[in-house]
Formats: sequence, C-alpha cells, structure tokens
Amino acid sequence: MTQLLIICGYLGLLLLLGIGASRLFRGTSQDYMLASHSIGPFLLLMSIFGTTMTAFALVGSTGESFKEGVGVYGMLASSSGIIHSLCFFLLGVKVWKLGKAHGYRTQVQFFRDRLESRRIGLVLFPVLVGLVIPYLLIGVMASGTVINKVTAGRIAEGKVVGGTFAEGTFPAFLEQGKNPKAPTDPPSFLYGSQGGVPKQLASLAICGIVLIYVFMGGMRGTAWANTFQTLIFMVLGLVTFVVIAWKLGGQDSFWASLQAASAAIPHEKLTRLHIPPEKFLTYMFVPLSVGMFPHLFQHWLTARSANSFKLPVVAHPLFIAIVWVPCVLIGAWATSDLITIPPPVAANPNAVLPFLVQKLAGPVLGGFLTAGILAAIMSSLDSQFLCLGTMFTEDVVQPLQGSRRLSDQHELLVARAFIIAIVAVTYGLSLLEPRRVFTLGVWCFSGFSSLFPLILAALYWPRLTKAGAYACVLAAAGSWLWLFSASDFASNPSFTVNIPVPTAIDADGAWQLMPVAAMIVTSTAALVVVSLLTKPPGQQTLRRFFPSRAD
Amino acid sequence: MKPAHVVWALVALLIVAHQDIWFWDDARLIFGFLPITLAYHAGISLAAAGTWYLATLFCWPVDEATPSPMTEDRS
Repeated sequence: MTQLLIICGYLGLLLLLGIGASRLFRGTSQDYMLASHSIGPFLLLMSIFGTTMTAFALVGSTGESFKEGVGVYGMLASSSGIIHSLCFFLLGVKVWKLGKAHGYRTQVQFFRDRLESRRIGLVLFPVLVGLVIPYLLIGVMASGTVINKVTAGRIAEGKVVGGTFAEGTFPAFLEQGKNPKAPTDPPSFLYGSQGGVPKQLASLAICGIVLIYVFMGGMRGTAWANTFQTLIFMVLGLVTFVVIAWKLGGQDSFWASLQAASAAIPHEKLTRLHIPPEKFLTYMFVPLSVGMFPHLFQHWLTARSANSFKLPVVAHPLFIAIVWVPCVLIGAWATSDLITIPPPVAANPNAVLPFLVQKLAGPVLGGFLTAGILAAIMSSLDSQFLCLGTMFTEDVVQPLQGSRRLSDQHELLVARAFIIAIVAVTYGLSLLEPRRVFTLGVWCFSGFSSLFPLILAALYWPRLTKAGAYACVLAAAGSWLWLFSASDFASNPSFTVNIPVPTAIDADGAWQLMPVAAMIVTSTAALVVVSLLTKPPGQQTLRRFFPSRAD
Repeated sequence: MKPAHVVWALVALLIVAHQDIWFWDDARLIFGFLPITLAYHAGISLAAAGTWYLATLFCWPVDEATPSPMTEDRS
C-alpha cells in the first residue's frame, strides 16, 4: 500500500504542475501548441530528451538486455547518441528557422508549402497518426505493467502473498490472467493482477492524469512536466541502479557488490555472438526516426532561438548514456543466478525492471523508484497527446474550414476531442495480447525512419517534387505494412530481412538485415526516381526554401 | 582542412567506430564490473558529445543575425 500511496502522491504533484502552467496560459492556440516560441536551452534539452526516452528506454532496455545481453546498448543507445544529435543539428535547427519564418505548427503544413501540394496531408496525416499509435501503446502498456508489478504480491506455494489488494477486490476480468506456458488453462489470480492494481486500471489512470495536465497546461505545461519528470527519472534511475546492485551483489561495499553482480552475468549475455554484425549495423537506421517524429517536430518549433538547440545537441548523447548504461547492466544482472526470475516475469521482459524494484527495494524506496519509471513513460505520452491534437486541427479541420477559420476556443475543443478519441483507441489496443515493448518500439521507430528521406530531401534537395514525396510516403507505408505483417505483427521479435549471399561471404548463407534497412532503401529509391522523372518545383518555392541556390 | 570538415570527418569516424567487430566475442569486465562492449559503447556516447560540441563551435547551421526570408505568421 505504501508504494501505491507514493505513486498517487507523485501523480497529484503532476496535476498541480499542470495547474501552475495553466495560470501562465495566454488563451491562444499558438501558446497552447507552441508555448509562443518561448522555450530556452535547458527546457528544450529536458523536454526533447524526456520525449525521446520513453518506456522503451527504461523498461524496454532492461527487458531486452535480460533477453539479448549487453549488446543492446550498442544496438540502439550509442547509435542514438550519434544519430539523434545529427538530426537535431541538420534538421531541427533548419525546421525551427523555417517554422518561425512561415508560422508552421505541424509537419504537414511545412510539406504542403515545400511540395506545392494542398493534399499531401491526406496521405501523410494517416501515416503519421498510424505510427504514433504504437508509440503511445508502448507507454500505455508499460505504465500498467509497472504499477501492477510493484503493487502485486509474491507467489509462495501456489498462492499470492503480500499483495496490496485481496482477491475479489476487483471484478474477475480485471484480476485474472492466463498462464503464458499453458494458455488453454482457465485464467487465474496467480497469473493475473496477483494482488496489485490491475494493469487495465493502472493504464487508464495514467492516461487520465496525462490528459488532464496536457489539457490544462498545453505545450508550456508539457515542457515543464517533461523537465520535472526527466530530472526525476534520471535521479531515481541512478538510485535504482545503486540499490539493485548493492542488494544483488550482497557485499559490504557498493563497489564490491557491483563487481559481484557483474561477475555472475552468464558469458553469452556479455558478448554479441548471437547478434549478426549486419543486423547490428542496420540497427543504426532505427534512430533516424527522430527526424520524422511529429511530437519532436513540434518541440523543435517551441525553441526561443536557434542557439537554444546547442545544449540539446551536445548533452543528448551523455544523457542517453546516463539512463541506458545502468538499465542495460540491471537487465544483464537479472539473468544471473543471484536472483530467480519467476516464469510469468521471464515470459514478459517488460516486467523485469518493476519486478526487481519490487523485490529488492523497500516499500518507500520502491514507491519512489516506480514514480521515476512512470515519469519516463509520461514524459513521452504528454508530448504525443498534445501533438496529435495539433495535427488534427491544423492538418485536417482547418483546411476543411477553408477561409472560415475556427476560433481559438473551438480549435482547442476539437484538438482535445481528437486526443481523447486516439487515447481511447490506444487504450483498447493495450488490452489485447501484449508485445515486447522493445520489439514494438523498434517497429514504430522503423516506420518513422522510413520517412526520414522525405524530410532530408525537403530541406536539402531542391529537386524533390510533389510526386516524389507521394511515392516516398506510399513506399514507406507499403513496405512497413508488408514487413510488419510478415513478422506476424511483431510477435516474432527476431524477424529480419534475409538477403542470400555465398557462404564464402557469410557462413549463414544470408545477411540478416533489420527491416528498417529495406524500408529506407525502398522509400529513398521511390523518392529519387519519381522526383527525377517529374517536373521540378517552381522558382517561387525554391526561392522560399533554398534562397541561396535559386536563380 | 577547414574545422567544419574535421567535424564531419569525426562524425564519419564515430559511425565506423560504432561497428566494433573486434569486441564481438570479448566477455572481459572493465574495472571488474563493466562489460567491455558496454564500456566501449559508453565511450562512443562520450565521444559523440565531444564531436557535437565541436560542431556547435565550427559548423553551426544558422546565423541568428541573418534575417528570415519571410515573416508571415499563420496564427
């Protein structure tokens, strides 16, 4: 119960922050969506970092390290340190400049002008929203799992002991779950909520809290909440690391415990022998996704000046290391014989971190550490919620209204209604069969990465045409859907695109590439070939977007 | 060679150094607790921060003194 009270206290604090930000709200849609371009370097760093580090970074990285070993850091964290900052540097600053000059609030508005196409939003909007939904799903699923695991009891002699709630407190459909190893057996409390807050209720509560503070504070409230939550999850993440290392290692000093815990990691989890080098290489395409995240595009536009980007560009790789190195080590330690991971937890890698927190930290510290994990999750959900509303009003509703522009009040109302609808859809999906957070995240990011050639060409290649852009979006969406279905909708976490090669080159007889590589090649080829075959953009557009190169 | 070219060469070097096939099957622990592959890639993260710091010094893409090409606002 102590953990639950601390979690509730933390959520209450967030609501107060939203109320505080709402007092500074200027009442305009510009202020609600872009904080009136007032965000300085520190807030920009914290909000961008908090937004990109989601459940994927804490819960997902620990779970994936538990499954695949410490090579997970190289697959996504160190590559993100290079590629994310490259995107902020090459794309973010330029987008900010154009956005400030032309009053853009969304990606579609930018592409409409750049591509001289009023209808690009009809293709791009559903693709972007369709890709944001799995991203939201990661956070919604993980928040439910985390709260459930830290408030649940342990299993002893076939019974649940020490849970927060007794069996029968909640309706049976919320409390009971299936045995992952015997899915035909009837559902039971033992494989369900186990005396914790049921996942479904916990996810619902988190969605509700984030919706309230986003609605009250808009972008300013979101930036404040992100900063607060990023500080919380970084500090508490390090505390979690120290506590788990000390408890697992079981030595007198922290340093000796650290060494004892790492010495117990099985050999295969310390190496990357099971990861094909070409798969590792093509993982590097995944972080390109930040170039096309709609919520990040919106955060870029909130910057007060171009110089505000300097701190995020430099500090982002360091912050990634601070968060990911401890999580990856914790996941590897969990594979050692120092702790027994129960089969239901081992079957769901998303539950490894919350299980360790619940098992190894006391109730008070466990509550605070859980608040830290939830902070990481919510600091992404809020930006995504806000961005979805902005996209719907700016890219769908306003163009349909034509010259009869909506009032600010109506615009906010429509934005909020759309956000609620999307959150309801995402919540409904989260109740279906869960997937590994890491696997789902990689698929979602791969989809955004496949659109990266579009933003890069729009900013740096004057020859990009409207038809080339349409071809790129359709090729990206088509290849993503095809490969996603081939992976059995993410239920095969090891899915790769295999290119046959002579065994003299690769002993396996095939190069195992990440699907993202195939998607990027397809979308880039479509963009380049169709652009070269169609009429170039007009001089007015070129003067507007490439003033130094136009005639 | 201009400083900006050095910065872009460093970025390319980081991308190449990231493919560390030489540590693929190395299970050594640095300082007795940090797997060598993790230590190496944490080092890549530090090197990335240093490289991007140089980028902000020598090839920052926007001159804030340059006026924007157009100033209309949709809001």
